[in-house]
Formats: sequence, structure tokens, C-alpha cells
Amino acid sequence: MAGTGVLMLLFLVAHMLGNLKVFFGPEEFNSYAGWLRTIGEPVLHASWFLWLQRFGLIACVVLHGVAAYQLSRRDLAARPTRYQHRPPARASYATRTMRWGGVILALFIVWHILDLTTLTVNPLGKPHHPYENVVADFQVWYVNVIYIVAMLALGFHIRHGFWSAAQTLGANSRDRDRLLKVTANVLAVALTAGFIAVPVAVMIGVVS
Amino acid sequence: MTAATHGTTSTSTMKLTLRIWRQHSPEDGGSMVTYQIEGVSPDMSFLEMLDVLNEDLILRGEEPVAFDHDCREGICGACGMVINGRAHGPERTTTCQLHMRQFSDGDTIDIEPWRAAAFPVVKDLVVDRSALDRVIQAGGYITAPTGSAPEAHATAVPKEAADFAFEHAECIGCGACVAACPNGSAMLFTSAKVNHLNVLPQGAPEREGRVLDMVAAMDEEGFGGCTNSGECTIACPKGIPLQSIADMNREFFRAATKRRR
Repeated sequence: MAGTGVLMLLFLVAHMLGNLKVFFGPEEFNSYAGWLRTIGEPVLHASWFLWLQRFGLIACVVLHGVAAYQLSRRDLAARPTRYQHRPPARASYATRTMRWGGVILALFIVWHILDLTTLTVNPLGKPHHPYENVVADFQVWYVNVIYIVAMLALGFHIRHGFWSAAQTLGANSRDRDRLLKVTANVLAVALTAGFIAVPVAVMIGVVS
Repeated sequence: MTAATHGTTSTSTMKLTLRIWRQHSPEDGGSMVTYQIEGVSPDMSFLEMLDVLNEDLILRGEEPVAFDHDCREGICGACGMVINGRAHGPERTTTCQLHMRQFSDGDTIDIEPWRAAAFPVVKDLVVDRSALDRVIQAGGYITAPTGSAPEAHATAVPKEAADFAFEHAECIGCGACVAACPNGSAMLFTSAKVNHLNVLPQGAPEREGRVLDMVAAMDEEGFGGCTNSGECTIACPKGIPLQSIADMNREFFRAATKRRR
């Protein structure tokens, strides 16, 4: 869970920063999207790096999900009889929503690929015109709702997930605990704000 | 506190409703049974309150409530029950050191046994915690020649290591961490025992085998996995910190990579 989580987190930071290119206009955004297909050239053939990354990320998502399923099965089996008196949990909202938040994110990833990679459900769906597709997307109210809700879920998932990964990997200690929790919160807020900035910008007309 | 103010707390007594898990045998289904109890002093410990209830039950010809207890000083780890959904009740202490002044007159108190697949109920509030003993048997000791006590200055222990070891040695193995964990996990217990010995020079020769064997034994007993919810460390009467689990994980990775070489 921790290893695949950290790999996906690294990708998300790069993804979020790349998305912000949308604020510099269609030319820069579209040429950036084109450049992504040239990474690794001339050692790799065109788009090979992109495909390697895609397979790597899909493997991460699947392994992360399988590990979560196995852990949940084991955890539920370890407490076969529930307590009659169940006071509110003292863990944070982020901690308590890891499982369902993860399910929401998995469904979102499917939607996101159908929307902006295969363009199947995109309102415009014009190949090689990512800027125009993004703008067309966020003019539909329910697409905005899907993206914003998913990014809030992502923020909560990272808030617990980053620090929890440090615990699992043995990177945490008494001295580092505070720093890791602050880093988790900064990452969660930065990624959520960075990703949500795009639909909000289209909604208020900053990007059109 | 003066004697006068201390005296005033014991003059009024409380009337309580108790809902207690009664289970005749491990095979029996069990259920919550309601009891009324009067004349409870705020100065009584929680176990003394149960003693009063049991005297009453015996006089009425009923079966007394079975519960584990031993030192009643908060140092042995024998007692433990889930009170209103919290392991050892509302205060961070052992059940024997919890006092009735934490409750109010007229309260209803729910009392349940530790709940975990690895802790089967023996009777009422008594559970079988020998799973923790088997984790200890897997490596929670130091193999040393017996005989006369060694010279105290023969093995120097750095101050930081001594403090770290002592903090983890405080674990009394009561099992509150397992009872409080939403996953019935024994990670905090096992980490306390591993860290206690692994940081000391006396524990160094068996450092790698200890963590690998104890974690394997823990998994075998059917305890759940850690999701870092932190409930264990809040419930722990000895305040074993949550970072102990990260410390144990670090020991585990170190041992796993070292063994492969």
C-alpha cells in the first residue's frame, strides 16, 4: 500500500504542475501535451515512455487496490464480534474514510481516462486538442461536480496516506512525526487546490 | 488537596445501571444483561464497584460476573474490559485504577470483554490472551546463560537507548491496544516488545530473528493489520507511542534485507 501509494503520489505532483500550464493558453498547454509524447526520445520510440508510465500506473492502482482489499479482509476477520457500545472514533475524518475514499478515487480514475484520454465521454472529444477538450469539459456542471468531489477525496486520502506510508515504511519516528504530518497536509492542500484550480478557472471564465 | 475537601467526595453515593456482557462458556452465545447497583462511592475503583455487584449477586443466589484482575495497582496487565466502548474506560489508565468519580449518579455503563478473533471469550468479561504470550515466546526474550547476576557495569548502555528501552518496557501486555484497534491488531504490543529489546546491547545478538519471528507469530494468531488509526495509543494505559510501530517496521525491513544477504 505504502510503496504504490508513494509512486502514485509522485506522479500526481507532476500531473498537477503540468495541468497548471492551462493558464498560459492553448498553445503552450497543447505543445506541453505533445512534448509528453516525446519523453525518452531518441532512446525510446515516440510515446513509449508514456505507455510505460501508463502500464506502471495501472499496475500501481491495481496492486494498491488488491492490497487494500486483502488488508480490509484481514482486519474485518480480526474483529468478528463488534462492540455493542460504539462511541465515535477518535481518528481523523481522513483516516476513517480511506476505504470509501479509495473506492471513489478508483471510480474517478475510470471516468477520468474515459473523459480526457480516450475522449469517450468528453463533450468535445477532439483528438490532439487537450486544451479545447478541457475547456469543453468544465462547461458542464456535473463534470465540475465529479472533478471537485474526487479532488477533495484525493486530498483526504493523501492527508492520511502520506503519513501512514511513512509509518509503514519505518520512515517515521518521534522526531519526524510532526514534520511528516505537516508535509502530508501541505501535499494534500497543494494537490487538491492545484487540481481544482482548472475547473474553477474555466467556470469563472479565466480559462476559455 | 486538604483532608476536608477530599472527605466531601466520599459522602454521596451513586446509583448506576450496568449493562454487562454475560457469557457462560466459550461456546455460549452470550448477551448484555442489565443490573441496578446502589451505594457506589466515587472513591471506589471500577473493580471494587464490580466486587460490590458480585457480593449482591452471590447473596441473591446468582452467578457472579467473571473478570480478570490481579495486582489492582495498574502494573500487572491482568485486568481489562471495554467500558462504554473504550478499552479501560474513559480515563487513560488500567481498569483497576479507574475510579467511579469518572461517572455520575444515574449513569448507564456498558461493560464488554476485549473483542478480537485472537482473544476468545472464556467467560463473561474474561478473554484468553495467551496469543500475546505466544508472540513473546517467538522472540520477546534474551537468550543468556543463567547463573549469578552479571556485573552491572560490564555492558554499557547509552542513555538514549536506556530511555527508549524503558519507555517500551512499560508495556504490561494488557491487550487494550488490540481491544481498541478497529482492526483487532496487535502491532503496538509487538512493537513495544521488539523495540524494548532490540535497542539494548543485550538484545543485539538476536535482533533480526526477534523482529521477524515475533511479527510472524503475531500474524499467525489472527490479529488484524495496522491502518494507523491511532486508537491503540490513545487506549494504552502506559502511553506507548504510535511511532513505535514505525520503529518496529524499520527493524523489520532492516532484518529482512540483512537475512537475504
